[in-house]
Amino acid sequence: MTFMETLAIAWEGLTLNKVRSFLTTLGVIIGVASVIIMLAVSAGAEATIAEQINSLGADLIIVGPMRGIPGASRTFVYEDALAIAESVRNIVGVSAEQFSTQNIKGGDSALDAISILGVTPDFPQVRDYELASGRFFSVEENDRKTKVAVLGYGIAQDLFGTQDPFGQQITIGSTRFTVVGVMEPKGVVADVDYDGRVYIPITVVFQKFTTTAVGSDRVRTVYVKAESREVMDSVIAQITAVLAERHDVDPSQPDFSVQTQQDIISTQEATTEAFRNLLAWVAGVSLVVGGIGIMNIMLVSVTERTREIGLRQALGARPWDVQLQFLLEAIILSLVGGLVGVLTGIGGAYIFNALGTMRTELVPASVPLAFGAAATVGIFFGYYPATQAAQLDPIDALRRE
Amino acid sequence: MNDYLITVKNLIKTYGSAEVLLYALAGVDLNIRQGEFVAIMGPSGSGKSTLMNILGCLDRATEGTYILDDEDVSELSKVELADVRNRKIGFVFQSFNLLPRLPAYKNVMLPMMYYRAEDRPEAEEREMRAIKALESVGLGDRLEHHPNQLSGGQQQRVAIARALVNRPPLLLADEPTGNLDSRSSEEIMALIHNLHAQGVTIMMVTHEPDIAAHAERVICLRDGNIVSDGRDGASECERQRGAL
Ligand SMILES: Nc1ncnc2c1ncn2[C@@H]1O[C@H](COP(=O)(O)OP(=O)(O)OP(=O)(O)O)[C@@H](O)[C@H]1O
Ligand SMILES: [Mg+2]
Repeated sequence: MTFMETLAIAWEGLTLNKVRSFLTTLGVIIGVASVIIMLAVSAGAEATIAEQINSLGADLIIVGPMRGIPGASRTFVYEDALAIAESVRNIVGVSAEQFSTQNIKGGDSALDAISILGVTPDFPQVRDYELASGRFFSVEENDRKTKVAVLGYGIAQDLFGTQDPFGQQITIGSTRFTVVGVMEPKGVVADVDYDGRVYIPITVVFQKFTTTAVGSDRVRTVYVKAESREVMDSVIAQITAVLAERHDVDPSQPDFSVQTQQDIISTQEATTEAFRNLLAWVAGVSLVVGGIGIMNIMLVSVTERTREIGLRQALGARPWDVQLQFLLEAIILSLVGGLVGVLTGIGGAYIFNALGTMRTELVPASVPLAFGAAATVGIFFGYYPATQAAQLDPIDALRRE
Repeated sequence: MNDYLITVKNLIKTYGSAEVLLYALAGVDLNIRQGEFVAIMGPSGSGKSTLMNILGCLDRATEGTYILDDEDVSELSKVELADVRNRKIGFVFQSFNLLPRLPAYKNVMLPMMYYRAEDRPEAEEREMRAIKALESVGLGDRLEHHPNQLSGGQQQRVAIARALVNRPPLLLADEPTGNLDSRSSEEIMALIHNLHAQGVTIMMVTHEPDIAAHAERVICLRDGNIVSDGRDGASECERQRGAL
């Protein structure tokens, strides 16, 4: 008997019981789809990290309050940023940042819950973020708490459309500001919508938008740009020394953290990897469960068709003919499951992305990988039932009811 | 080379364990010539089916030799036995044993699917042969019918077409008319006669003396032994039974 003929017989066997065959493949469908989605999700996460590297640059040092230490955020203040700018050598600039969320008005429009980012004049330079028009605020304006604002590109569009925003008045919260510039379009990078924010002097944030309680000059993050990668270690050491002295803490047990982009990426990569391993387990387990489902149904099928097997043996089927017939049934089940699973996986990854639930990026290699896994499951879990069938004694099989 | 198609010596088949050993065949010696038409009779449980299954290479004897067409089949492997069944033996079962999901002509094509690659005819040739076989049993107009659309007699005719499509030298029929009424039985017997006329060796188990009367030779079994073997039809077997 040729392979194609055995294939045709196997196919006939499956179409006998379509609903059952479909339900049997469900486990494989879920397994394969989750393999595809898993790889797409982790590729998406990796792409986000890569963007972060590119957006911030390798010569950036991120300073902030140490997480998990009570009161650390209270002691990390604007003065710290000024001290770094003053006494640390080999740096290009320092940008301190603090957030607030406010409603804004300007032109003929009003926007609710906009991120207001208080920064220092070095911000464009430190963050490699140029202006599209106008200028950034100056050191004097920052020192004098002048009410000036630089708009994100999207905010400028929303408020003023095609009009030139330069010199226009806007209201943030209940305070009036003069627009002095618009940042270049940057879009969403690493989950931050740069275009949808407003940039103002950090001193004004302290004055107007933080509660007047103790520590209204708290800073969330200070970005320090080093002159080059070579001086990074020295800059980090200097920052640590300055802050340890100011906070009066042991430099080996600081209440602040000094990290490079690389440190942050490493911790994020570890998280992504843990996540991916978890998903890999889930996918693997569901493939195995799917395979057990196939094996179960194949055993039932062999039992149900014992008489048929006996008849085929009487007519001259060799053990291998019978084995191949049932093995192919299992493989067809798993491959059809694989195909539907691949389509479901691609669709699922696409929908996750479209809905914004999770960033996904399809990995082309995951398709043959998932198919291969499905075929392996079919062969592995089909082998035992097929061998049972092939080893039946013709006379026992024929006599079975 | 001898002129016996089947030579069986001291064939023993036992069932059960050493304590309760049942001799389904208790040492059968038998020679069947090429082209003979033999009926096997005997009371229920006398070992008729057991003998047929061993002759059909579906089962193995516990002891004894079985030479089929000059080949000692007692020694063959599973694969070789499958080939022997395929090339040399046609089976007709009491319960027809057709595959319900296949139309008649595909049921008849089944034995040809298991031909060895080298001497296997092309797909069209196989289909042609199946159709011819069905025509020869008078079912030329039922090619596409599924078994459940056919009467018992028609199903058994499909089974005969399936048995003869490979042109095997030996046809084994275990109570081929057991599930049929007398009219269908006569039709089946006519077909078997036909095959016999074409030179096929036929061994047929039956309980009915009228059916056995078609054979040239009647072998009577009791308790796993041959108690009579002769040309005087079923009467000897009946006499044996009467003597009990
Ligand atoms: N698989 C088996 N296991 C145990 N005993 C068996 C088995 N097959 C047959 N036997 C026994 O062997 C003996 C012969 O059985 P066999 O089927 O050959 O009888 P038979 O002559 O064909 O009877 P019948 O006319 O009822 O078909 C019986 O006693 C039966 O119970
Ligand atoms: Mg019997």
